[in-house]
Order: sequence, then structure tokens, then C-alpha cells
Amino acid sequence: MRALDLSYTSREQVEVYRFSWPVSLGLPLLMVGVQAFVPVRVHFLGIFDFGLLLTIFFAVSRRSQISGILTGAAIGMLQDGLTHTPFGVFGIAKTLVGYGASSIGIRIDVENPGSRFLLTFFFYAVHKAVFVAIERELMGQSVHINLGHEAGVAVANSLMAVFLFAALNRFKIKD
Amino acid sequence: MNLFSRHKNTVVLATVLLAQFLALAVQVKRQTADGPVRLIRMIAVNTLAPFERLFIYSGESIRGVWANYIDLRHVRSENLRMKAESERMLLDRAREQEDARQARRIQALLGFKEQWIDTTVAAQVIGTSGSETSRVLYLDKGTKDGIRADMPVITPDGVVGKVLTVYGETSQVLLINDPTSGLGATLVNSRLQGIVKGTATGELQLNYIMGDEPVQPGEALVTSGGDRIFPKGLPIGKVITVSMGRNLFLNIGLKPAADLNRLEEVLVITQQKQRAPDVTGLGPIRAADILAQHLPGVPQTAVQTTPGSVPQQPSAPSGQSLPASVQGSPQNPSATKPHVTAPAGGNEVKPQTAKPAANPGTTTVQKPPAPKPVSPKQTAPNAGGTKPKPAAANGTNPQ
Repeated sequence: MRALDLSYTSREQVEVYRFSWPVSLGLPLLMVGVQAFVPVRVHFLGIFDFGLLLTIFFAVSRRSQISGILTGAAIGMLQDGLTHTPFGVFGIAKTLVGYGASSIGIRIDVENPGSRFLLTFFFYAVHKAVFVAIERELMGQSVHINLGHEAGVAVANSLMAVFLFAALNRFKIKD
Repeated sequence: MNLFSRHKNTVVLATVLLAQFLALAVQVKRQTADGPVRLIRMIAVNTLAPFERLFIYSGESIRGVWANYIDLRHVRSENLRMKAESERMLLDRAREQEDARQARRIQALLGFKEQWIDTTVAAQVIGTSGSETSRVLYLDKGTKDGIRADMPVITPDGVVGKVLTVYGETSQVLLINDPTSGLGATLVNSRLQGIVKGTATGELQLNYIMGDEPVQPGEALVTSGGDRIFPKGLPIGKVITVSMGRNLFLNIGLKPAADLNRLEEVLVITQQKQRAPDVTGLGPIRAADILAQHLPGVPQTAVQTTPGSVPQQPSAPSGQSLPASVQGSPQNPSATKPHVTAPAGGNEVKPQTAKPAANPGTTTVQKPPAPKPVSPKQTAPNAGGTKPKPAAANGTNPQ
């Protein structure tokens, strides 16, 4: 509550939420599964990073940095398991996003659709930057970034976040 | 304890990141000039190497001051000796290069094999990696269906990728447009060979084609078979863009033959067979056959059978020999049933042979029988309902 002094949020907005175990475990599995298996038939869904959106959602709702770190690491490692890249690429990127989102979630209003849009846009960029840094510096691969494409995907993910977070609000349990 | 509780979040973040970083460093192998090296080993070496280098250099420099002075006295003679050796090695190198070229030619002639798709397994695409940076697919077939790692995956349109990891009932396929994939390719018209690789944005590129090579958009590309995974000759795609790139190589953009973004069913090639090239018709040619082609032909219409003489052999068409393929090869049924040209007038010639064949079905003759007078009574029996084989069809020519 020490952060409250520096916060731009109202009293209601800094309320901490928790989630039931089935939601905490089942929702990431479901969303990462949807991300992996649905685009085979519904191709446009391939641009959405539901793992990232869930990491941000859980982090800003729980407002706990440790929880954000662990959630991001778990979801990231789960995504790593579906790729052919080594474990840790998505894990590190989402760990940092989880930490950052939970840190920001303490200070700003994250219930507002506008702030959710901007928050997701910002963290999509952070996630991509960390991902590219890992690919280039640690894995030694040449990664080409198409800024226009990435900006479009970031906007699409941010829009999806606005609707998804509103839908997921029903799973929140007031602490 | 106080310090930990005050910086608890930072410590947890650092711990989780460090754990993942170490996990990543253990898995990742970086390419070096001497082969792949684990990242963790590189980090350890790069961390310790500066200290070791400092220690060694300081000792070396002290020793070097005196040693170099002594060595300088021998430099001139050493230089002359090395120049002579260098010239000798240049000559050796030129000779060895010629030997290597010759060896490659002989290897190509002797070891040439063609690969053929033998069996395939149809599989359904059930998933993706869910990431744009890792272009992999999941199939509904796995070890239980005979799928193994490195098996080629294709569609009727063209190459899709190769099996990366196999599980019990699923398998992971690396698409050809993934940046980590690579397959040997040949341009159909120019026969230039390169390596097809994916890009980070999921496009296909043909690499390692020199800038002065004539490559035109629209040219088709097939597998070269050089990667020893994909059989030779499968369509990969066609050239859509050609531009000059860095390092004297062309930047060649490709359009894949198979629609890699809309794959639902694929074929996994589970077995390939190597087959020697078809040499039917290229069997041993006897000198007599070659000679017969260059000698004036005997008119076919003037065939006469007189007692005590052997009938005139129907001459082979110009440019055709009658080698192994005609010697009763199973691939050439016509060879077992000799065709005799009918003379003018429509009278079928009943060829006579010097000796009845022991087995009319097996007609390979290694040694021509010695010509001897033949009487009309010594006509070959019509065994098995086949017409008796004329001597010419057996590869013998009494004349």
C-alpha cells in the first residue's frame, strides 16, 4: 500500500484480485491451446498472442510482482514447449512483461479500456524487443523486424485485450 | 533477512530470469568455425578467457623479448626455405585439386543413385506453434504410424517441410519457411543449385547463387536431393524476385509451390528407395553389332531359304543395336518373342536355328554357337507355344 501515495488510481481501482485455481491453471492452458490449434482453421487468429494478453491480465489484476513474474514465466515456458526453439525464449520475455505489468498495475488505472489498450500496446512492444534481443544476442540468429507489420499486430492484440479483459473480469475474486 | 524482504520482488525476478537464462544457455548451441558450441560453455570461456589471456600474455611478453632477438638471426634463412616450400606446396595443391576433380567425376559416375518415393503416410494438420517466429506444424500421426524424425513432408503441390520431433501419436514438422530450415534446391532451367531458407517474416529465399548468374523471375525450383532428406525433383516453388544482395550473392525471393499458410492434409514420405539409373538399352554392345551398323545393309526383301543355309537375319533398324535388352530381358517382353520381319509377298519366314534352345524362355547367350551346316530337319521345336528364336535375336550372327 506504500505505492498508493504515488498512484494515479482511485481507491476502488487499486483493489487486489485473486483467481481460483481452476481459472489460474485452466485459462492459460485453454488460451495457449486456442492460439496453437485454432489458427489451423481460422487463420487470422494466428496474429494474437493470447499468452501475452493473459500474462498482462493476471499481472495487473493481482498487482503482485512475484505473482506476475511466476505467471509470466509459466505461460512463457508453456509457449516455448510448443515451438522448436529452446525453453526460455518466451519464458524470459513474459517474465519481464509480468513483472512490468504488475508494477504498472499498482500505479495506474487498469480498468479503463483506453489504458488497457495502451498498456497492451506498450507491453507487446516490450515483449517483442526482449524476444528479438534473445534471438539475436543469445541464439545468434538474424531476426528481421517489419515495423509496419509489428505495429499492426500490436494494435490488433491491444484491441483484443480490451474485449478479452472485459470478458475475463467475471473470473476475478475480490481479495 | 531484512535486505531480502526489502528487495524481495527484485530478488525473485533476478532468480527466475537467471534460472531461465541458464536453462536457455544449456540448450542453445552457437555456431563457431569449429562447429556448434553450447552457449553456457561460450559464456564461461568468454568470462574466464580475458584473465587467462592477461596472465599468459604477460609471461609471453617477458619471454618474447629475449627469444625474438635470438630468432631474428635465423629469419633470413628461414624465409628462403619457406618460400621454396610454399612454391612446392602450390604445385602439390594444383595437382591435388585436379585429382579431387577427377575423383568427383568418377564418384558421380559410379555412385549415382536416384531416390524414389516408396511409401507415404497421409496426415492431418492439427496445430501450429502459435507463434509467428517458430513455423512448425503438428500432425496427427506419430511413432505408431511409422513417422520418424527427418522424414520429408509434402503435398501434391510441393514440399512442405521435414519432421522435427516425433511423439507417440503426433509429430512436429518444421516448415521450409522457418528461418532455421534449409533444403537443397535446383533451378529447373539454369540447373543452378542453392539452399532454400525461410526468413523471419515467413518468406522463402534461395541463397548462395552468385550475382553474375542469369536467374529470371518465374523460373521453377525443385529439390536437388543434396540435403539427403528430400528426394530429388520435388517442386519447391518459383522465383518471384531477383535482386543483387550483399557478398556477391543474389537475393532471390520465392513463392512456395505448396500453400504453407493453409495446410490441412499432408503426406509424410516414410520410405524412399534408392535405385540405380535405368540403363535398359545401354547394355554391353558387341563389336559385331557396331560393325553391322556401319556396313551396307542387306535388302530385306530378298530373303531366301535354301536347304543347308541359314536364313538371312532381319536387320535391326538403323541406330539400334541388339544388346542386353534384346537378350531376353524381362523388362523387354518383345525380346522373348522375337519379331521377324515378313518378306514382301506376305510369306512368313520360318527361321531355322543351328541348335534347339535348351530353354526358350532364357535367351541370354554369352558365347555364340559355332556356325555349322543346318538341315531343314533341325528346326527348333515350338516349345511353350513361342515361335522359335532366330539366331539374330539371340545375339548371334552366324554370318
